[in-house]
Amino acid sequence: MGVRHVAMTVLLSASMAMSVPGMAFQPTNPECIAGAAPGGGFDLTCRLTARMLHELGLLATPMRTVNMPGGIGAVAMNHIQAQRRNDPNVVVAVSTGSWLNLAQGKFGRWTENDVRWVGAIGADYGVLAVRNDSPLRSLADLMAALKTNPAAVPMGAGGTVGSQDWMKVALVARAAGVDPRRLRYASFEGGGQAMAALLGGHIQVFPGDASEVKGQLEAGGIRLLAVLAPERLPGPFASVPTAREQGVAVEWPIVRGLYMPPAAPDEAYRYWVEAIARLTADPRFMEERAKAGLFAFPSTGDAFAALAIERVSEMRLLLREIGLVQ
Amino acid sequence: MSGTLKSLSAGFAVALTPLNLALAAIGAFVGTAVGALPGIGPLNAVALLLPLVYALKLPPESALIVLAAVYYGGGYGGRIAAILLNVPGDPSSVMTTLDGYPMARRGEGGLALSITAIGSFIGGVGATVLMILAAPAIARAALAFGPAEYVALMVFAFALLAGVGGTRPAKSIAAAAFGLLLSTVGTDSGTGIERFTFGELELLDGVDFTVVVIGLFAVAEVLTLIEERAARVSLVSTPLGRSFPAIGQILHTLPTMLRAALVGFVVGVLPGTGASIAATLSWTLERRLVDRTGTFGTGDIRGVAAPETADNAAQTGAMVPMLALGIPGSGTTAVLLGALMLYNITPGPLLFIQRPEIVWGLIASFVVGNVVLLALNLPLVGLFIRILALPPWALYPAVVACAFSGVWAVNNSVLDLFLAIAFGVLGWAGKKAGVPLLPMLLGLVLGRLIEDNIRRALALSGGEVFVLFASPIALGLWLFAFGILFAPRLLQRLR
Repeated sequence: MGVRHVAMTVLLSASMAMSVPGMAFQPTNPECIAGAAPGGGFDLTCRLTARMLHELGLLATPMRTVNMPGGIGAVAMNHIQAQRRNDPNVVVAVSTGSWLNLAQGKFGRWTENDVRWVGAIGADYGVLAVRNDSPLRSLADLMAALKTNPAAVPMGAGGTVGSQDWMKVALVARAAGVDPRRLRYASFEGGGQAMAALLGGHIQVFPGDASEVKGQLEAGGIRLLAVLAPERLPGPFASVPTAREQGVAVEWPIVRGLYMPPAAPDEAYRYWVEAIARLTADPRFMEERAKAGLFAFPSTGDAFAALAIERVSEMRLLLREIGLVQ
Repeated sequence: MSGTLKSLSAGFAVALTPLNLALAAIGAFVGTAVGALPGIGPLNAVALLLPLVYALKLPPESALIVLAAVYYGGGYGGRIAAILLNVPGDPSSVMTTLDGYPMARRGEGGLALSITAIGSFIGGVGATVLMILAAPAIARAALAFGPAEYVALMVFAFALLAGVGGTRPAKSIAAAAFGLLLSTVGTDSGTGIERFTFGELELLDGVDFTVVVIGLFAVAEVLTLIEERAARVSLVSTPLGRSFPAIGQILHTLPTMLRAALVGFVVGVLPGTGASIAATLSWTLERRLVDRTGTFGTGDIRGVAAPETADNAAQTGAMVPMLALGIPGSGTTAVLLGALMLYNITPGPLLFIQRPEIVWGLIASFVVGNVVLLALNLPLVGLFIRILALPPWALYPAVVACAFSGVWAVNNSVLDLFLAIAFGVLGWAGKKAGVPLLPMLLGLVLGRLIEDNIRRALALSGGEVFVLFASPIALGLWLFAFGILFAPRLLQRLR
């Protein structure tokens, strides 16, 4: 439609910049596919990457974002596999949520080995939030309460049972020796509504993401029992202990990154890996990334591919243990 | 209060700079255009405009003003196709077709468009005033609404709706049931399990409302035209009539608009509902309150004003939880929230204290945006109704072409286009069989909301059904709903 063309024209007329120097391959009409409607994490990944690649001169032509909603990236994956198997000019946003769905076999017949993993642009981390007047004051309190009676701790978040949000509490429950399937968990239409339910006292625990609880944390409306990160997070999160500090080995990073089609040419793949590596090392990008609520997560090329494949197989094991996948 | 007034006047000083006024006008125009095209909603318009706003390096207040104008413009635009073509551009203008289209058929399309522009204005400004008076307090009160209360609210809305289908209740119920059935397609929101997707990945997120509307209304209309071969006459045989309402008509409609503004605002503030519930509630409520002659649904001017006023008031209401608590009440506010965050502004309780210039600038820009939209929309009414002078054989295929490209641009899904055609055939068959299509749309829109909330409430109570009636708010709404359904019959018996 016309609207997109207008946006493109304006972007095109913005100052032309240099691209990754010393590379033989240069993309033409690059495109980033966000496997969800505007406003979510995939959309953020694409738009932030596109804007900063252009602003930092790593991409000569501006990259456009295409929204292809459906199944946390399943529709986008199918589109890539069916129609663009060797397209050198397309990257697709991916997150830990897509990995979890891959592990559950929700991407049709496609697996983690069917794409070329380019790199991460950053990560968010899981947190366990309670209202400021909650009797639960630490992860140990939550685990004790779950042990006594899981039905007495209603909880909820934006994801379904089996989603990332559910996994955060399921892992804590498992560590407490409680069957995760006995949790009282309701899924809401996005993290915002779950936060409203927490503040309204309809749920007691909200396993959300650091970026979506930041405002309420600063305002003192909620407390965090733990951040599910390897180390403490900066800013308003600095005083919140990690789960590991409290003796519970649970981490849940929400990695945000990009992949390419399976048969993308090597030179194109090398170009994109290099572009993302340079992008994520630039302090100006780091500043913009922090504004969007993401933390650093340096991982590109082979390292990112290894990470993706390792995480998906870990999740597969975990889901089988919990009993969500046969 | 004087502190609030001072902040507000500072806000107006920000909103009324020439740059910001010009931006509001551009945003209002783009929003109206995008809202008028079936297929592209304000959500996509806002998302498409974001990169442009960054590219121009606008200050945050200006960026928010332009985005807010687009957001409101979508609400004004949505009514145009609903009234003139019987094709609701977004879920919240479904109710507008009920009285708007009959008015257009009578040659009063211009009048309907003008009165809804005035209604939208009153809704937007009225809700903004309510917001200025008590935003943080209202937002906090809205938190009392949990899953069980939402279920009760929606049952209340359904109870008010009963009888809307008209002469053939069985056919209306069948259509509504089919809509409810359609709403179950897609990934189950509680467990993530696929329902009725037949292995089609494109159905994972369910059947898109826009696709159904385009099929049932636009495509079906084309099929009917082909069949009737009456394509040479224009839709409106009577002269187009006056398009600006008389003072008497405005006064006649004013109480309805004021009530609709209040209903819309209250419903909009609740984070779990939305403009479609607001429009439905206010139309049905007005029908119960003021329709003594049974003209609602046949082209009553109040019936077209109520849902459009409530729609805009609800859009404003949805901003309250976003600004006061950092909780987006709708998809579009979620995009606006993302925009705020990119400017390093964290919405939430501290926003009013830390960045008052942003909040009050935005609130002032709501008023400015609505004034600009009214000024833009009233003179354009004459232009909009010219659409009806086109012969239907040119008009409907053009609408379908436009809608198809819109759907394609937004979803990139071929399946959606085939679905629209299938729904077109269904709509055509439904018309022949005398099955009303509106209950189907309402079933689709409200079905998912009501199912999700019932399941949330039951998930949290461990399957205990009693939780649905446990709180005073929920109980009160249930009693109201039953009262509406059964009281008239009881009274009749007693007589």
